[in-house]
Amino acid sequence: MTASATSTPVADEPEDSRPHKADDPFDKDVLPTPPGATAALLRSLLAPMKARVALTTLLLLLQQAAVQAGPLLVAYAIDTAVPAFRDHDHGPLIAVAAGYLLCALASGGLQYAFVAASARVSQDVLLDLRGRIFRHAQALSIDFHERYTSGRLISRSTTDVESLRELLEEGLQELVMVILSCVYVAAILLWLDLGLGAVAVASFVPLWGLVRLYQRRARRVYRQRSTAIAAVIVKFVETMNGIRPVRAFRREAANDAEFRVLNRRHERTNGDALLEMARYVVGSRIVGNTAVALIVLWGAHRVADGTLALGVLAASVLYLRRMYDPIDRFGMFLNSYQSAAASLEKIAGLLAQTPSVPEPSAPRQLPALASEHPGREVVFDGVRFAYRTGGEVLPRFDLTIPAGQTIAVVGTTGAGKSTLAKLLARFYDPSDGRVLLDGVDLRDLAVPELRRGVVMVTQEAFLFSGTVAENIAIGRPDASHEEIERAAKAIGAHDFISALPEGYDTDVRKRGGRISAGQRQLVAFARALLADPAVLILDEATSSLDIPGERAVQRAMATVLKGRTAVVIAHRLSTVEIADRVLVMEHGRIVEDGSPAELVAGTGRFAGLHRAWRDSLA
Amino acid sequence: MPTTRATPTDDRSTVRSLLRLWPYVRPVRARLFTAAFVAILASCTGLVIPLVLKWLVDGPVADRDPAGVWLGALYLLLLGLAEALLFGLRRWLVARPLAGVEASMRADLYRHLQRLPVAFHDRWPSGQLLSRGTTDLMLLRMFLAFPLTFLLVNGVTILVGVIIMLAQDLMLGLVILGPAVPVVVTCVIFEKRYAEVARRAQDQVGDLTTVVEEGVLGIRIIKGFGRHRSQAQAFRELSRTLRGTELHKARLLATILGVIVTLPEVAIERLCWAAGATGRCRGRGGFLSTALALRWPVDSIGFLLAMSQEAATATERYFEVLDAAAEGERGPALPGASPTLGFARAGGPPSPTRAVLGVPPLGEARLPAAQRGLRFDAVAFRYPDAPLGSPPVLERIDLHIRPGESMALVGATGSGKTTLTALVPRLHEVTSGRITLDGVDITAMSRQELRSRVAVAFEEPTLFSASVGENVLMGAADGAGAAELDRALAVAQAEFAHTLPQGTDTQVGEQGLSLSGGQRQRLALARAVVGRPEFLVLDDPLSALDVHTEAAVEAALRDVLAATTALIVAHRPSTVLLADRVALLSGGRIAAVGTHHELLRTNAEYAHLMSGADQTHQEAAR
Repeated sequence: MTASATSTPVADEPEDSRPHKADDPFDKDVLPTPPGATAALLRSLLAPMKARVALTTLLLLLQQAAVQAGPLLVAYAIDTAVPAFRDHDHGPLIAVAAGYLLCALASGGLQYAFVAASARVSQDVLLDLRGRIFRHAQALSIDFHERYTSGRLISRSTTDVESLRELLEEGLQELVMVILSCVYVAAILLWLDLGLGAVAVASFVPLWGLVRLYQRRARRVYRQRSTAIAAVIVKFVETMNGIRPVRAFRREAANDAEFRVLNRRHERTNGDALLEMARYVVGSRIVGNTAVALIVLWGAHRVADGTLALGVLAASVLYLRRMYDPIDRFGMFLNSYQSAAASLEKIAGLLAQTPSVPEPSAPRQLPALASEHPGREVVFDGVRFAYRTGGEVLPRFDLTIPAGQTIAVVGTTGAGKSTLAKLLARFYDPSDGRVLLDGVDLRDLAVPELRRGVVMVTQEAFLFSGTVAENIAIGRPDASHEEIERAAKAIGAHDFISALPEGYDTDVRKRGGRISAGQRQLVAFARALLADPAVLILDEATSSLDIPGERAVQRAMATVLKGRTAVVIAHRLSTVEIADRVLVMEHGRIVEDGSPAELVAGTGRFAGLHRAWRDSLA
Repeated sequence: MPTTRATPTDDRSTVRSLLRLWPYVRPVRARLFTAAFVAILASCTGLVIPLVLKWLVDGPVADRDPAGVWLGALYLLLLGLAEALLFGLRRWLVARPLAGVEASMRADLYRHLQRLPVAFHDRWPSGQLLSRGTTDLMLLRMFLAFPLTFLLVNGVTILVGVIIMLAQDLMLGLVILGPAVPVVVTCVIFEKRYAEVARRAQDQVGDLTTVVEEGVLGIRIIKGFGRHRSQAQAFRELSRTLRGTELHKARLLATILGVIVTLPEVAIERLCWAAGATGRCRGRGGFLSTALALRWPVDSIGFLLAMSQEAATATERYFEVLDAAAEGERGPALPGASPTLGFARAGGPPSPTRAVLGVPPLGEARLPAAQRGLRFDAVAFRYPDAPLGSPPVLERIDLHIRPGESMALVGATGSGKTTLTALVPRLHEVTSGRITLDGVDITAMSRQELRSRVAVAFEEPTLFSASVGENVLMGAADGAGAAELDRALAVAQAEFAHTLPQGTDTQVGEQGLSLSGGQRQRLALARAVVGRPEFLVLDDPLSALDVHTEAAVEAALRDVLAATTALIVAHRPSTVLLADRVALLSGGRIAAVGTHHELLRTNAEYAHLMSGADQTHQEAAR
């Protein structure tokens, strides 16, 4: 029998035959960002905060007013209060001192209020953004995740969010401070002396040129950096998740070398960013300090001419330095801004992805069940499936599965069985045609309704961190402990779970929480049982179970799942024994369709498979 | 759901934590210190400028001395240029080195993590590890770039400023220093509390990372059960908690900033008062300028201390991982874990070069038959983190797989089969007893050597982001080429690889083409056999294959198995039949060894596991 099998060329189609071109935006981590999307994202994040941003700014404004009042009071003290004091008029000096004390206390109190308020604003924005990324990623379809990688998504929601955080927590404050400080000092300078003030303000022109130049250069660097750190994270995550094969195949050194390259790239962009900043700081300081020297020079000449009072020049000089002090801080703002802009661009690109399996705008309800049985009828109506880039996986076909029928799908790996299952579970939408559940198009069902209808158990039995009970409860979050236990018992998972250190409450990551592949599959089954769907799809869901385990599952299907519609994909033909009907698939087509008995008795592929399987039981 | 590790409270001085960064900072110390010196210089220049201004206004300008004014302005310009260049120089000096420190710390973390025991990875969610390698390290770079230097610089600036003020007027200087005491006290109090909250926030970021990662890794389950809303809910709760912690942190920071802003102002107020009251005001403009110039250095202290705190906790988090003991190159994990049989020990470890060449260790020809092949002698295993008093996973394994023999390992779900296979390439260390390859204790050879002699195919076939060819050839010695690749693909019935878009150069893994479970499993099998290993460990290698492919793989695998010593975990009779003999694992022991047919007849448990069909038999077997 093996002869016939080997003579047939095993022409598997990969599950995903999309061409991976070198300029694939996914490969290069540059998803298209619609023009203006980055700014729109930032606006939409800040829009609900308008009032609070205004309040925060006001606090900062007041705080700065309190701080800036200091030198004015000092100038007044020197020019008026102290001479008055010497003339035994203590009033002005006492007033100045009291005023200064008040200012000091106010600036401290306002400082507290401002920091607390601005933290609230920035944390709320971050909460919003993190939530948006997560929700959006969860809403995106499986095919997106198959290409985007968990590492990049982690990078988007950690390091990229972190850049925005820096902007919000420090940058925004810097910006407001800088603007306030500049406007305030400029106003005072203009008030003290129009000419001096005008020159000081004019010095902003070259500074602005510097800012633009820096912005352009920094944007490029930060874009590269965001991509670079994402690549580092992708590699990191992949290694940690595959640590066993890494060890077993002695990949450590090779991985170190690959990681070094990625890490270097990040290091270089990081250094570039710091150097850009250094250039900006030198330029802006030179402009500022030169301006101070020129203004003093000019002022001195005017004092000599008698057109400027000495006291005015002395006060102006005191303020001039303060005018250029914030330039450094403005650099920091620009730095945070560019870094955040590059990250927001990446996030906006992610958020601009639309789910290829969208939720309906006008959801429909499933009709009431026709009989006392929980199963529903499934119809594939003229369904065809191809990847968007071409590569037809399932040519057009029709298939009706009556309510309550258990159907087994067999065929070689890559024959299209999993795609059929994924269409029914609505992991994908068909390219043409419709998949109907009791006459309702799956695309018209909202997610909760859809999952009451169809649930799929796959061979990858992933466990989330948390307890065993929590993992089972994913099937139905509101299930009681008894219901969870009942589901586990029905599937034969209760014994091993009770033997765990803390039974159902054992954390799967904590001490003694190790769970074998077969046991994980049992947990996955318990989940499905708890979900209690009308249609259950099992995609290789028993591959890691031993034969008694598989029997337990089959018993459960015969009892607990009785009356449900079931689609079972299995290499093990033992499962077929409980099926009412068998589909044999090859190259995306259903080539045989009939009851197991009919097919076994025939001369088709299934008869051959069945013989081979019988022999394998030996 | 995710866990936040408790903060270790033993001896967590900020300085001590930060000092641990020294080995990484050491290579760039010259530049860093130069930069700090330059920063001090720049800052002093900044302090001198107001003095020059004051001198200029009080002197030449007041005296209407044009030459003096020109000279003064020139000084001012030169000082200004010097200040600008010094600021730039400081940044230029540290830009590349600091990026380098971050990168080398990250590389070390990655390197170390790759060498930590598998048991460590079982316990630590990768999100926690990742956050240490990204956000924590970025924090450290920022700390080295800014707060560290400026704590130093501003400290010196304040000192110099105070000296200048004291020199100008002792009494006024003392008056202005008064408020420093409460500032210091406040700083000390908040330092401790801030550190605790900062640590909590960092841990929560790690947990959040884990949830994001699980949200992707488990996306099929989440979608399959329509649970993305409850998942988003869990995420929201966690990020809300993080927000709460961050706000707590912000309030602490706000308090200290408030205090630090207020007290110097009070000092200046008292200064004015004192100056006015004592009539010492005339000619004290410079004094005031100095006092005002110290404003920013003083104001910044709170912020700098906060950043230092965060850097210290980030350092702790980093070294928590780096301090975990990596697998030793050789020798047992626990002293005395290897019993005294001493056959291999007496002869000394085999020379690595011989093993690399694939030459059997010295004296193989003279080895008694009982020592050759793969032997488990009284092997017991319990997970190092298992609760005390819990039964070991493997109680006592005695098993001998003769050279060239294939042994199937059969046992109920959860009986420890996978654990047993993980002991051979030392992914886990035996708790007691020993495993020998041709008489040599596996703990007596380097892991590299051991793993080059033992090839493994895991139950979960993980492919890396690399081409199909690279993935398979990972199992071969360097220099293996297309011939080996083709042979391995043929054995594993994985010729489909040639029909992929770019043939065996097609990228697979997380960043490439997604293959079906069966396809991945066949590639993993090809990887295990490509190097013609002496010892082969296969964990349920055919579970995802259909009957026809399975039969074809079995046929091809027989030839490979004929030339190798193999341990094969099996659930199905078809897989068992690949092997010469079968061992039944039950209750942590090898309960029976024999051929499939022998065991089917003589062992009820085995018959139950292999046929399962006979329900009545099964009940009787219990």
